Amino acid sequence: MAAITFQLNGKSQTVDADGATPLLWVLRDTLALTGTKFGCGMGLCGACTVHVEGAATRSCVTRVADVAGKRVTTIEGLAATPQHVLQKVWIEEEVPQCGYCQSGQIMTAAELLRRKPHPTDAEIREAMAANLCRCGTYLRIHRAIKRAAAMGGAR
Amino acid sequence: MNPIVKVDRRDFLKVTGAATTGLILGLYLPQELRAAAEEAAAFQPNVWINITPADKVRIWVAKSEMGQGCRTGLPMIVAEELEADWKTVEVVPAVLDPKYGNQGTGGSRSVRSGFKPLREAGATARAMLVAAAAEKWGVYPESCSAREGSVVHKPTGRKLRYGALAVLAGKQALPRQVTLKDPKDFRIIGTRVPRTDVPDKTDGKAEFGIDVRVPGMLYGSIAKCPVFGGKVKSFDAARTKAMPGVKGVYQVPSGVAVVADSYWQALQGRNALNIAWDEGPNAQVSSEGMRRQLAELAQQPGIVALNNGDAEQALAAAAKKVEAVYEVPFLAHACMEPMNCTADVRADGAEIWAPTQAPSWVQEYAMKATGLPASKVKVNITLLGSGFGRRAMPDFSHDAVDVSQAAGAPVKVIWTREDDIHHDFYRPLSYHRLSGGLDAAGNPVAWTHRVVAPSISAYNFGPLKDGKDESLAEGTAVAYAIPNLHVDYHVAENIVPVGWWRSVYNTQTAYANECFMDELAAAAGRDPYEFRLKLLQNAPAHKAVLELAAEKAGWGKPLAQGRTRGIAVHDSFGSTVAEVAEVSVESGAVKVHRVVCAVACGIAINPDSIEAQVQGAIALGLGAALKGEITVENGRVQQENFNDYQVLAADEMPEVEVHIVPSTQAPGGIGEPGTPPIAPAVCNAIFAATRKPVRRLPIRLSA
Repeated sequence: MAAITFQLNGKSQTVDADGATPLLWVLRDTLALTGTKFGCGMGLCGACTVHVEGAATRSCVTRVADVAGKRVTTIEGLAATPQHVLQKVWIEEEVPQCGYCQSGQIMTAAELLRRKPHPTDAEIREAMAANLCRCGTYLRIHRAIKRAAAMGGAR
Repeated sequence: MNPIVKVDRRDFLKVTGAATTGLILGLYLPQELRAAAEEAAAFQPNVWINITPADKVRIWVAKSEMGQGCRTGLPMIVAEELEADWKTVEVVPAVLDPKYGNQGTGGSRSVRSGFKPLREAGATARAMLVAAAAEKWGVYPESCSAREGSVVHKPTGRKLRYGALAVLAGKQALPRQVTLKDPKDFRIIGTRVPRTDVPDKTDGKAEFGIDVRVPGMLYGSIAKCPVFGGKVKSFDAARTKAMPGVKGVYQVPSGVAVVADSYWQALQGRNALNIAWDEGPNAQVSSEGMRRQLAELAQQPGIVALNNGDAEQALAAAAKKVEAVYEVPFLAHACMEPMNCTADVRADGAEIWAPTQAPSWVQEYAMKATGLPASKVKVNITLLGSGFGRRAMPDFSHDAVDVSQAAGAPVKVIWTREDDIHHDFYRPLSYHRLSGGLDAAGNPVAWTHRVVAPSISAYNFGPLKDGKDESLAEGTAVAYAIPNLHVDYHVAENIVPVGWWRSVYNTQTAYANECFMDELAAAAGRDPYEFRLKLLQNAPAHKAVLELAAEKAGWGKPLAQGRTRGIAVHDSFGSTVAEVAEVSVESGAVKVHRVVCAVACGIAINPDSIEAQVQGAIALGLGAALKGEITVENGRVQQENFNDYQVLAADEMPEVEVHIVPSTQAPGGIGEPGTPPIAPAVCNAIFAATRKPVRRLPIRLSA
């Protein structure tokens, strides 16, 4: 166990944890930020996606020791403002069904729009291809991202 | 015409619990609401509705929300007849309680079974609010009407909000009969009411089973024997017990459980266990062996499920005979939220938080395991990170109950994805032998279908009566006007856990039926759409969806180079669905570009939810058709995770168009009926391209 400090959703956060613990479980169990989901534990499904230094990162295969001193953003901290543009379009397009994968979908989409404010259809498909959804909300995710892009993209 | 419904008091009581005592405030309210409700003098005419003097309309939902939209669709039905102002409606998820009736969620039944009782519940409350206003104004109730959360006295234009009438409404007599609205006057039903559960699913607030946190809660992970039916022979937990955070190691009925301060610690502890398994009698079972067994059984006549005319004779006399065998594999559900459950078992009572489709079964096991009465076992139904039938099996909740009991603390047990893939209740594998006869003009005169599959009932609920399980023949009674039809089935011996997978046996039978129809059409030299249409003249729903899907898909019109279309139609769970798939086969890979779907599902409660459900049903069914296969070797499942049990990804999702046939008939199901037609529609498009029928799933293009 060791004290590990990182920036979490804009605030300094210190946790006492085994450095090998995946960031996912530190977020969920230690810090009670349960918006980030466990799906596969192998970085295959994207449900656990967070941002580390702005990059979409699979928290289930990221050791907490490896984010020491870094900026981590979760779905809870996606925007300082009450509602991020992606959350807004997600509601407008009625994207979620069960909703379990959607935190990860939104975090991946947010990074895409930051990198490419006006992605093409092919770029959206490519960026989102590794975020699985068993309910089949893919078409609405795609539409929502296009709508967010048309509204000026991610802030 | 407004149907006058005489309230059958026995029926009404069944669905609304203590309806007759509903005017004695608080008598049957949930404990924690009692004080607040009394204080607020809320109007609660039945278990579904509570209207406060502050004008808040609460509507209870007793079904599990797994993404299908029941926390929106069911309250819409109540609100419609209540003439509620939707803006004031607050949806309250119910805990398990017999007063709500059957709380199992499955079989695309929530809207179908709720439509009548929920309308009556809403209409009853509306009548009492109108009576209250009439009393207050000293006028005849007939001169008053309810609309959008108010009662209006038509002659004078006086108007009172429901909140202002709540106290007086609670003193009105329960009406003996209620008038339901004419569907043409619906103003909530049929509209795209935004889903009530969506906002919390965009910012991390939504609480699924896996997110439950209880004071003093520990985390558990269970090592289970990979071989079906295997047991723990012995285990050494010395290493585990010395690991940080580990609180205890317990042998439980499903394996060896490690309990720790955090889930990661529990998992690490589990991985450090040294367990010797007694693999039991099933260690030689393989899915390949089962395929051979199914094929062998299919040689012999089975139990007759359907017999019209004399198919054998008609086949013998047919000008042309077509025969085919279709096979489908086991499938896992692979819900995005891995199985999990939290339980707090104490000597004086137990509380369970379960993402379950079958809360009463969760309670039943807890009662058996603890000896506690139902009144002492509280079951909270959380949001479900999808279900697809998997969470109708309560096994994962048994784990939490067993571990909490052993540890003497509240415990959240979480399965790994590997646990989920290894210990599912799989969609049964099956084998279908079909034959068809055409007369000289190419018209089908005979059709036989033999289904061989394991029985879900036999596996889960014990020996079958007379060895029969008619559900194996689910979906085999084709709507086509074929004079001689014969369907029989064999129940295959099986040790692999099997369960309900979105649309159950319909996924298999629709694939076999509809691919075989294309083989028959090809043998007759006919267009597959025209061939079907001619045989559906007396099946109005099938005809309507087939024509609508074909029209919207541009059936018969030229396609881009390399693309072909396939069509399929199937009815299940009270709805009929046709799908046209537009497919290309490029360098050995199947790409589905577009799916046009037509749905006949009676009154569309929420068209947006219907579209979403059908899009999802197509995604699930398409992923299975293209890639889904669970194989068993040495008594254990060979797949592990999403790397080798692949599901449909975003870049494989076709465009999907959903067209709903307008209707005033009672609603059909919608969670499942979109799934069965997609596999055959895609396979038929491949058949159109390659002239080679796809006779086994998942689709493999032979070189």
